[in-house]
Amino acid sequence: MRPKTTPRLVLAVVCAAVTALSACGSGDAAGGKTKLSLGLFGNFGYTDLIKEYQAAHPDIEITERTAAYSDHHKNLAAHLATGGGAADIEAIDTGYVAQFKATPDKFVDLNTVGGDKLKDRWLSWKWSASLAKGGQQIGYGTDVGGLAICYRRDLFQDAGLPADRDAVSALWPTWQAFFDAGKRFQAKAPNGVKFMDGGPTVLNAIFGQAPVGYYDQSDQLVVDSNQALRTGWDQVVDAVKANLSAGLLYSTPTWNTGFTQGQFATVTCPAWMMTKIKDQAPDTAGKWDVAAVPGGGGNWGGSYLTIPKQGKHTKEAAELAAWLTAPEQQAKVFTSKGLLPSTPSLYDDPKITGYTNPFFNNAPVGKVFTDAAKKLNPQYQGPKAGDVQTEFGNAMQRVEQGKQDGAAAWQQLVGDVAKLK
Amino acid sequence: MALTLADRRHKWDVKLSPFGFVSPYFLIFGVFGLFPLLYTAFVSLQKRNLLDAEGAQFIGFGNYEQLLFHDPYFWNSMGNTVSLWLLTTIPQILFALGIAHLLNRRLRGRMFFRMGMILPNITSVAAVTIIFAQLFGRDFGLVNWVLSWFGAGQVDWQAGTASSHTAIAAMVVWRWTGYHALIFLASMQAIPSSMYEAATLDGARGWQQFWRITVPLLRPQIIFSTVIATTGNMRLLAEPLLFNPGTAAATGGSDRQFQTAALYLYEQGFTKYDFGYSSAIALILAVATMLVAGLSYLVTRRIQTD
Repeated sequence: MRPKTTPRLVLAVVCAAVTALSACGSGDAAGGKTKLSLGLFGNFGYTDLIKEYQAAHPDIEITERTAAYSDHHKNLAAHLATGGGAADIEAIDTGYVAQFKATPDKFVDLNTVGGDKLKDRWLSWKWSASLAKGGQQIGYGTDVGGLAICYRRDLFQDAGLPADRDAVSALWPTWQAFFDAGKRFQAKAPNGVKFMDGGPTVLNAIFGQAPVGYYDQSDQLVVDSNQALRTGWDQVVDAVKANLSAGLLYSTPTWNTGFTQGQFATVTCPAWMMTKIKDQAPDTAGKWDVAAVPGGGGNWGGSYLTIPKQGKHTKEAAELAAWLTAPEQQAKVFTSKGLLPSTPSLYDDPKITGYTNPFFNNAPVGKVFTDAAKKLNPQYQGPKAGDVQTEFGNAMQRVEQGKQDGAAAWQQLVGDVAKLK
Repeated sequence: MALTLADRRHKWDVKLSPFGFVSPYFLIFGVFGLFPLLYTAFVSLQKRNLLDAEGAQFIGFGNYEQLLFHDPYFWNSMGNTVSLWLLTTIPQILFALGIAHLLNRRLRGRMFFRMGMILPNITSVAAVTIIFAQLFGRDFGLVNWVLSWFGAGQVDWQAGTASSHTAIAAMVVWRWTGYHALIFLASMQAIPSSMYEAATLDGARGWQQFWRITVPLLRPQIIFSTVIATTGNMRLLAEPLLFNPGTAAATGGSDRQFQTAALYLYEQGFTKYDFGYSSAIALILAVATMLVAGLSYLVTRRIQTD
């Protein structure tokens, strides 16, 4: 006789199997270690810090994964939308932070895990830029951009301009003076070399200094009514017409090649740009130098570390993020990779202010960038600042490629930006 | 005589087993094909932020109306899609026929060349595109360097509409021609040599034999390849996306000069987070692909022997 309980028995076996499998599946403690992943873009300079953290926390294993700037942010959006696939810690750039803080429930509110007590570490505007409307803190600040101009000493000399950094800084108290210097440079420039890499990077620097950027404080787009943007736009268009630009769009392969081939003599230089130049064109060591930016302080870029709620180890991840963004670690990242700290306690630290960078002809970058950071006027970043910046880049490219004149490109730009809402 | 249990079981077995054997396909299609399709159709009727499913609003055909009647960038992307479809599909099929014909001859190292045909197809599309983007570079690209021997000026491949389409088409053609050539080659070998011998006796030479015998007899394979190539080329995404990477990659050039419909879908969905709108684009693109595939079928079907 067959036992009547067969179905029930089968069910029990299946349940047991499922339980066993799911227990294995959630095996956080594979090998007894908690695995944390870091989703980054560009170069955050964390590799050594991670080794240090793992040495102090033998139960934690950390992996980094790095993607290109725009891919990284699009992937993050997709992972948040589908509810899976995000790293335990995800970096977000200034240009995108407003967009992500609009959905704060996708992230761990760091104020609930001790973030509120750490608040004083950061520049107050850096802290509030990642603060959601409901008061949730979605990210810890890493670096800030700050601004300077990186320039090629050798090419300046060839074109009969001064090469000494103080004299170079004195060449351009204003942007107009910067473009005038550019015309002097271009008149005697070596063959195939342009004064600046491309219009979009210069635009970003000028816009970063404006008291109001793409949005006002109530998240309304003010691109077409903000006179500071239009003035900057017209200046850069004139510079392009005067043939000062190599016409390269930043973050593209052709722009990267431009560094190795020496196609341009200046690039607007937030602190993170120095790492990019060094990584991209190591052969140009000693040829670059750093001068002050025209028009005083400003900011372009800088990032945050966020903890997506979908992660399995949000508590450990939040601890790691707090450690990585602590002043001591930011100081180490500054001296190894040149990323400017977002923690003002370091701005008067002689270890930071006295730091010089051998790649950039021993430029006193510690002093240049902390001075710039102190002068920095925080600018409010609206929800789609990153996308507006993309549209500006495209519009300037249309001018540089000769497809449109400045006025037509601006007109199309205003229409494109209005669609972003 | 009444049927025994075993007989009855056999009867059911014969009737039902075939359904059992084909069911995995339909199950998989249902999960990975039909369900996403229906879900996309559902989302396309909503105003919905990618990150905020709870806040979705039902708006009927609003997305479609906006797309079809008020969105010039959508039509721009459809135009680019059709242009790239023509620039990729036709050369692909013609080159594949020619290459298959050459490989069908007695040739030293024939196996080596045949295997080589498939190599472009199995390399990563991202790697291929990034390398091609370097080749088509404005200042230091290999293509411009070669063109300069003939006195042609520096072409800014990304900047122009025709030039950017040419460059993207080159990537796609390079990647897929070998694949189609192998399909054609396999069928060519099934053509009995007696047909060519008879044609030779009748006085037909190389090209005549190719167009009058080989091509007509390959008709089913040509139809297949054209339809497959069409459905693939109508959805081009990776090539235009990676042709000009950087912050503006999703717009397909400064003036959207090489933004395909699939890339526009990607921009709307993953840059602007407009999930409903991008779903509507996906459905329109699916319908357009079916129409164009049907058209290519009708055209290729006209190949015939005389």
